[in-house]
Amino acid sequence: MDARTEILDRIRSALGNGAAPPPVPRDYLRTAECADPVELLTERLADYRATVRHCGPGELAATLAAVLADDPRLAVPYDLPGEWLTGYRGEVARDGDPAPLTVAELDDASAVLTGCAIAIATTGTIVLDAGPAQGRRALTLVPDHHVCVVRTDQIVAGVPDAVAALDPRRPLTWISGPSATSDIELNRVEGVHGPRRLDVVLVR
Amino acid sequence: MTRNPLVGELPFPEAARRELSREQLRRNLRSATHTIRDKRARMVAEVPDWEELRVAGSAIKADVLARLPELLTRFEAAATAAGARVHWARDAAEACAIVTRLVRETGTDEVVKVKSMATQEIGLNEALEAAGITALETDLAELIVQLADDTPSHILVPAIHYNRSEIRDIFRERMAGTDPDLTDDPRALAEAARRYLRERFLSAKVAVSGANFAVADTGTLVVLESEGNGRMCLTLPETLISVVGIEKLVPTFADLEVFLQLLPRSSTGERMNPYTSMWTGVTSGDGPQDVHIVLVDNGRTATLADEVGRQALHCIRCSACLNVCPVYERVGGHAYGSVYPGPIGAVLTPQLTGVAANRSLPFASTLCGACFDVCPVRIDIPQVLVHLRQQAVDERRGHPSAERTAMRAATWIMSAGRRYTRVLRIARRATRPLAALLRRRTVRRLPWPLSAWTAERDAPLPAGESFRDWWARSREGS
Ligand code: SF4
Repeated sequence: MDARTEILDRIRSALGNGAAPPPVPRDYLRTAECADPVELLTERLADYRATVRHCGPGELAATLAAVLADDPRLAVPYDLPGEWLTGYRGEVARDGDPAPLTVAELDDASAVLTGCAIAIATTGTIVLDAGPAQGRRALTLVPDHHVCVVRTDQIVAGVPDAVAALDPRRPLTWISGPSATSDIELNRVEGVHGPRRLDVVLVR
Repeated sequence: MTRNPLVGELPFPEAARRELSREQLRRNLRSATHTIRDKRARMVAEVPDWEELRVAGSAIKADVLARLPELLTRFEAAATAAGARVHWARDAAEACAIVTRLVRETGTDEVVKVKSMATQEIGLNEALEAAGITALETDLAELIVQLADDTPSHILVPAIHYNRSEIRDIFRERMAGTDPDLTDDPRALAEAARRYLRERFLSAKVAVSGANFAVADTGTLVVLESEGNGRMCLTLPETLISVVGIEKLVPTFADLEVFLQLLPRSSTGERMNPYTSMWTGVTSGDGPQDVHIVLVDNGRTATLADEVGRQALHCIRCSACLNVCPVYERVGGHAYGSVYPGPIGAVLTPQLTGVAANRSLPFASTLCGACFDVCPVRIDIPQVLVHLRQQAVDERRGHPSAERTAMRAATWIMSAGRRYTRVLRIARRATRPLAALLRRRTVRRLPWPLSAWTAERDAPLPAGESFRDWWARSREGS
């Protein structure tokens, strides 16, 4: 008998004719209550030691230029809006335009700039789904400084709202602050293998 | 074959005695478990619907087990349709053989690994090594343990038994290229690990992972992590092999809304862990293009057959039960002899291996109930412990009886002369350190075999008194 058949048989005989379990009680909050999602997201991100800046749509290029002032080489997804970069003075490498950046080229970039799919206020989480202005997963992983633009209309209140809004067929990366470890005496230290700095720019 | 990662070299009482003599270990453990349990409590208190989430989490897992054949085949179909290849393994040896073959087919002899309990459980690193393949652990704590040639002592923080200066010493001695002047500042230690692993991540061809959740409807796998080593492994290599226990399923993507709230707060005591990756088969131009999933039984179906014990399969490996356990805090993870230590280990391990191979583990508890209170999926660990004790007793005597249930541990332990003598010896040797430990914190009425250790404070054990008499007397007052 092949392993698949045997395992399925074992499960069926282990379960016997047991009664079906009752329906799952879902009395938890399906939509989180949140008076001021922008403020909450800001506070939660700061808890992870991410930096947060607020700006209006007209100030975005200047804000990004300031955040990226110390980064000589910037990686961006091929479809990043050109107007985001009008203030940036360093060198820009577009992933996938004309060809995908190699790992070495990604490693060479001091920063990466992207948008996001959604952000979750309650947990201070940003979710990337490889959609517009986000690029593939490696792009936001290898450079040491991730600058992420979040529009306030992309903010949802809680985890259930986020799960409902996402498409599982896309590769999803949930990011809550810079990379960190709690492996040494269970105290959080920011900055291990993922980007050591996360800067979030919230655009109203 | 190397030793079974689920069975210790020594039975729990003896292994515990060995661990109790390690002062530094106990200090490290105490401070770490208290840090994490306080953080967890703060994060849980923030969630107004925590109890409702626990109830839902528990019910979803019960539903998964009841519909497991249907959900597994649905998962397989969805993952396959998305471009993954799904393999099935009856036991550890079969799972290791599949992974070894898949790695060989890529022509590489080095793989990077994301921390995974399932791969530890099946002894994958050892199997790969025997096949000439180097498996590099990339989680900081796993790396520490691997460099130290040690075994993990905690589900979530496998190097919890080391403090910062011990970690610095391990890095200095064992991690190639480490600055001899490396300090014990956690930041410097994390930076040293980053430098050591960076090149290896960027050039890795094959990665091996586990999964925290597998979504039946969509074929999606989910990995929660902190450091970004997981993302490195899940994203950069060409080939990704994920080893997943058959109980890791959730029915729908929407069900993740429950577990993504329960798990981070229960495990690291954070609102959310830094990184969660979700992938469904192969995505063209993004991440590994050769994606495999190995579904593993390895004792899970046997566990499922026990109506009381099967709830241990609900476990989402948060480790909250370890961090609140008075026994774990004193003896540490190694005493359990299994990759699954602590309260969950005491109920899961004997079921995965069969009680005969781990008869003493169900007794490695005070039945204080703290584990149930913190468990995000409401596993009634004390209930399963008592149930398994009964089995351990019956195992020895051949058939059950109500009276023996009442006698539980005592019957078990006193029925075997050889064990009786050994336990008596241990009891005498072990009372001193345990009494010292317990001075600050009272643990009432430890059941067997731990009750012997509390002898000195609760019921003195004079040298001349016979063990059986002492035991009878000390039980009277409890
Ligand atoms: S038994 Fe519960 S508390 Fe313990 S690790 Fe599993 S899920 Fe967490």
